[in-house]
Amino acid sequence: MSKHPISIDEELAMFDKPQNVKRVLYALYTCVVLLLAVDLFYHKHGIFTWESSFAFYSVYGFVACVILVIIAKYVLRPLVMRKEDYYND
Amino acid sequence: MINALPPAVILILGGLLIPLFKGRTRQALLLLLPVISFINLLQLPHGSHWVYPFLGDQIILARVDKLSLIFGYIFHLVAFLSALYALHVKDSVQNVAGTVYAGAAIGAVFAGDMFTLFVFWEMLTISATFLILARRTERALSAGFRYFMVHVAGGLCLLAGIIMHISQTGSAAFDLIGLGTTASWLIFVGIGVNCAWPFLHPWLTDSYPEATITGTIFLSAFTTKTAIYALARAFPGTEELIFIGGAMAAFPIFYAVIENDLRRVLAYSLINQVGFMVVGIGIGTALSINGAVAHAFNDLLFKGLLFMTMGAVMYRTGKINATDLGGLYKSMPWTCGFCIVGAASISAFPLFSGFVSKSMVMEAAALGDMRWLWFILLFASAGVFHHAGIKIPFFAFFSHDSGIRCKEAPPHMLLAMGISAVLCILIGCFPQYLYSMLPYATDYQPYSISHVLAQSQLLVFSALAFTLLLLAGIYPAEIRSLNVDADWIYRKGCRQIYRFCKWAFNGVNDWADRIFVQQFTKLLAQFFEEPGGNIQKHGYRLLVEATGIDDHQEQAIEQIDRRSRSAAYPVGVGVLLAVMILALVSLLLYLR
Repeated sequence: MSKHPISIDEELAMFDKPQNVKRVLYALYTCVVLLLAVDLFYHKHGIFTWESSFAFYSVYGFVACVILVIIAKYVLRPLVMRKEDYYND
Repeated sequence: MINALPPAVILILGGLLIPLFKGRTRQALLLLLPVISFINLLQLPHGSHWVYPFLGDQIILARVDKLSLIFGYIFHLVAFLSALYALHVKDSVQNVAGTVYAGAAIGAVFAGDMFTLFVFWEMLTISATFLILARRTERALSAGFRYFMVHVAGGLCLLAGIIMHISQTGSAAFDLIGLGTTASWLIFVGIGVNCAWPFLHPWLTDSYPEATITGTIFLSAFTTKTAIYALARAFPGTEELIFIGGAMAAFPIFYAVIENDLRRVLAYSLINQVGFMVVGIGIGTALSINGAVAHAFNDLLFKGLLFMTMGAVMYRTGKINATDLGGLYKSMPWTCGFCIVGAASISAFPLFSGFVSKSMVMEAAALGDMRWLWFILLFASAGVFHHAGIKIPFFAFFSHDSGIRCKEAPPHMLLAMGISAVLCILIGCFPQYLYSMLPYATDYQPYSISHVLAQSQLLVFSALAFTLLLLAGIYPAEIRSLNVDADWIYRKGCRQIYRFCKWAFNGVNDWADRIFVQQFTKLLAQFFEEPGGNIQKHGYRLLVEATGIDDHQEQAIEQIDRRSRSAAYPVGVGVLLAVMILALVSLLLYLR
């Protein structure tokens, strides 16, 4: 189990160092580039025709998440967000 | 076969005996009951057992086939893992409720007739309610009350459907029903309440995050999956389920993105995952039903795992809102690791369990050329990674350092999480063992280069979107807040109905009270104090008004009063009134 000291003067943990956060980000960007590169050379088979077109899943995943966040933040939240004690009156 | 017991008996009766034991004996019993029950289940051959005549029909306590068996296996496994996770709980209410709840779910999936199904269905509701109430906070008490009311309503709907169905078909057997008659619709909707269909769902997101830490682990497993079993049994290939499931897969992810309570995020993602199963049942091909059942199997493990990790965080820190957490990877590295495994599984990363089952439903939708559905499911797949896959681990264990330093989760919790995590990976790497248990024989191959590449692209670019939105400051900040959902209808909307009823009916009531109780009876009482005299007086006044002669009015009225007080009038006045009423009544009867 964890032997981590419970004190505020602890040594810096992994993600307290900015260079480690950067490493994670670079790893993600590398994956992104690699997957696109593979997509260029490997012809995917799918049931629908558009599945085999270049970077379909990449674009769809990216756009879907952006739309999801935009709608959730700018449409849904103004509609449904209330104070925490909304039901308690 | 007779050496064995009906599948639900050991957990339910054993669960009820738990309060008799204390300390280590009770802990041992809690862990052993699911194991003994599982061994008992293994003794049962396929077929119908414990068939008894009942009300001119028959009840079947155990119908054992591939569909009920796979649910029976996974329910036992999850019952064991949940009991292990909850081993520190000494509260008898929770110990009994959790065990009986698991037993009721097992009883329901093995029920061969609708009577038995209904009894276990209601037992699920009652025991689950205690798991919510056992937290003993004000919020939990009211959430538990709402949970109970919604499920009682759903149960009554189911019961009405069952009774109508039996009287129409003459058979209580719980088999393929299919939509058509009113009875089938009532059963359909009754199951739908437990399945958390859109607008019937808010009991889930309302109550699961209010239950006890360990209660939620049990709750997340049984009610919705029992409903999935019932749909797979009675309504496979029902087209309506495709639309319902598509909506279930899509809408909760929007809520999950803006929700602050991390257990509530998981509750929304539970609906999202159940949506995939409902779609699979709706499509109704062998592949899609296999996919739905396999996904239910996997979801029980990875959703349970995710709830366990969040429960462990809550157990150690006392907090569950994303705004209060962060940086816990330093204090709880193992829990963090297990959470990431659960997140990878629910997101359907290759080599994790979600990948091998969700893809079956997706492929079944594509093979049926259901394009819109396929796009919605793909959207939901990207979305589930976004909120359950990234948001949960990120805000609990990474993000900004909340300054919380706590101990790692206790060993029994770590063990339960560890077993779940290992199973998630094993199923993801060796899916053939899961596939061999499915209701239809399959040679489905999830691991093709195209499929792995496609799924990796979808997920990595979702992660990229999350990262870029977060870095750009567009990602919605966590806010202490409450998001209204369809439960607004009965939590706020009904107050308006209540106010309207109060205004309308109490208004009528007040008016009636004023007119009939206070004024009219007062007049009547005054009149009948001296009925004879009053009739004479009024008659006399009318006469005076009509003729215009009022010479001795004062004296005449005084005289009438005097005679009346001295009871000089004959009793005949009362008789006269009685005759008048009788005449009126006979006239009314004659007119009819």
